[in-house]
Amino acid sequence: MGGYTGLLILAILAAVIAVAMVSLSWLLGPKSPTRYKASPYECGVTPVGDARERFPIKFYLVAMLFILFDIEVVFLWSWMTVFREAETSFKIFSFFEVVIYMTTWIVGYLYAVKVNAMDWDESTLLSQDEDSEGRPALEGVA
Amino acid sequence: MIEQALANPWIRQLANAALLLAVINLGVLVLIYMERKVAGFIQSRLGPVHVGPRGWLQSVADALKLILKEDIIPAPADRFLFVLAPFFVFVPVLAVFLVLPFNAGWVAHDFSLAALYVIAAGTVAIMGIVMAGWGTNNKYSLLGGLRSAAQLVSYEIPVVLAILAVVFYAQSMSLVDIAEAQRGFGWFIFHPPLLVAAFVYMIGQLAETNRTPFDLPEAESELVSGFHTEYSGIRFAMFFLAEFANTFFAAALAVVLFFGGWDGLPGLTGALWLVAKSYVLVFVLMWIRWTLPRVRVDQLLGFAWKVLVPIGLIVVLWAAASVVYAGGAKP
Repeated sequence: MGGYTGLLILAILAAVIAVAMVSLSWLLGPKSPTRYKASPYECGVTPVGDARERFPIKFYLVAMLFILFDIEVVFLWSWMTVFREAETSFKIFSFFEVVIYMTTWIVGYLYAVKVNAMDWDESTLLSQDEDSEGRPALEGVA
Repeated sequence: MIEQALANPWIRQLANAALLLAVINLGVLVLIYMERKVAGFIQSRLGPVHVGPRGWLQSVADALKLILKEDIIPAPADRFLFVLAPFFVFVPVLAVFLVLPFNAGWVAHDFSLAALYVIAAGTVAIMGIVMAGWGTNNKYSLLGGLRSAAQLVSYEIPVVLAILAVVFYAQSMSLVDIAEAQRGFGWFIFHPPLLVAAFVYMIGQLAETNRTPFDLPEAESELVSGFHTEYSGIRFAMFFLAEFANTFFAAALAVVLFFGGWDGLPGLTGALWLVAKSYVLVFVLMWIRWTLPRVRVDQLLGFAWKVLVPIGLIVVLWAAASVVYAGGAKP
């Protein structure tokens, strides 16, 4: 009986319930597929092209930022869990280590802010008076 | 006979899991009814009234209706991802309840890394949402899935930082220990650093549970439900159940972390206090949902990265300083 069997049993049971719900629906539900039912929903008109096109690279940037900062935060967990009840020498030593470590964190964060990694597509901001080429932002809309 | 069976650890675990799932699913049905009633009253209407007395059987009727619907899989969809995605959202959301302590000794399974496990299991649901968004092969779903992934990972960091501050006060990642540390109205919310952490946590969880003002992944008026546009019938129900279970868990976890867990006035059993406090917080989340308009994508991500992350970081350092110099929650 390992420490994590409870987790395994609960996950399996939840999956069994989910499979049971889907099977029950498959057994009881009507089945009359048509071509129009199976077409992708685009507000009722005929779908145009494929959905899998290029999408903004900003999404990748957010994911990269997340991986960087989340991993850095995870390192703090183990330290903070044992810090208070530790010996004084460990406290002093590890404290300065963490200060140095957090400095790199903050420098990285400030860099990300400076290069606008955390700004979404600036050109779509309605509050901006001008776009990057000096034209009024909403020109052509009206 | 039953006691003999329960002495077997496997049967005991299975019984625990079954009981937990029954409680969660019942609680979710109540929550759905509550959401519709709260929405109704906030908008000066009555909400469901026809099925059962005061409409309280409405959720059951909806569940039956969804089971009886036709199961439609769009032709251009990637069938494997499309079918698998709801499971990836549904199962982890139920699995996190494993470590939630309802009362002293009333926890399905307590392990020493519970707080970290809660975050890790919650992250698996993001994969399900991305699978749904990509696998459906619908433009709304793709955008919704991507937005959802960006939003969930962005708001995860403030939530992790807020929980970290609590972990430092309790000196344990076990949710049972965290709740025990707050016994006798020593709730963590009364400590100034953790009061701020509680706000960071609740705002982060609003975004993590995809609720207005952060419901951009679903945004019915622009993305037509986003990643689950094409999901109907029981597959939609799985996303829906998962969302409500997640909302309840976010509130219950907030109660354990900040509001004393099962601690309350004597006279009532602790589990009732925990559930009552959780429902109050869920009500607050619903109140916010039906009051505020939706934010824009740039506001959403800017707020997470430029406001909540720095505040979360300051809260962690503040909590650390106050624990070290003032002794924190307990000697």
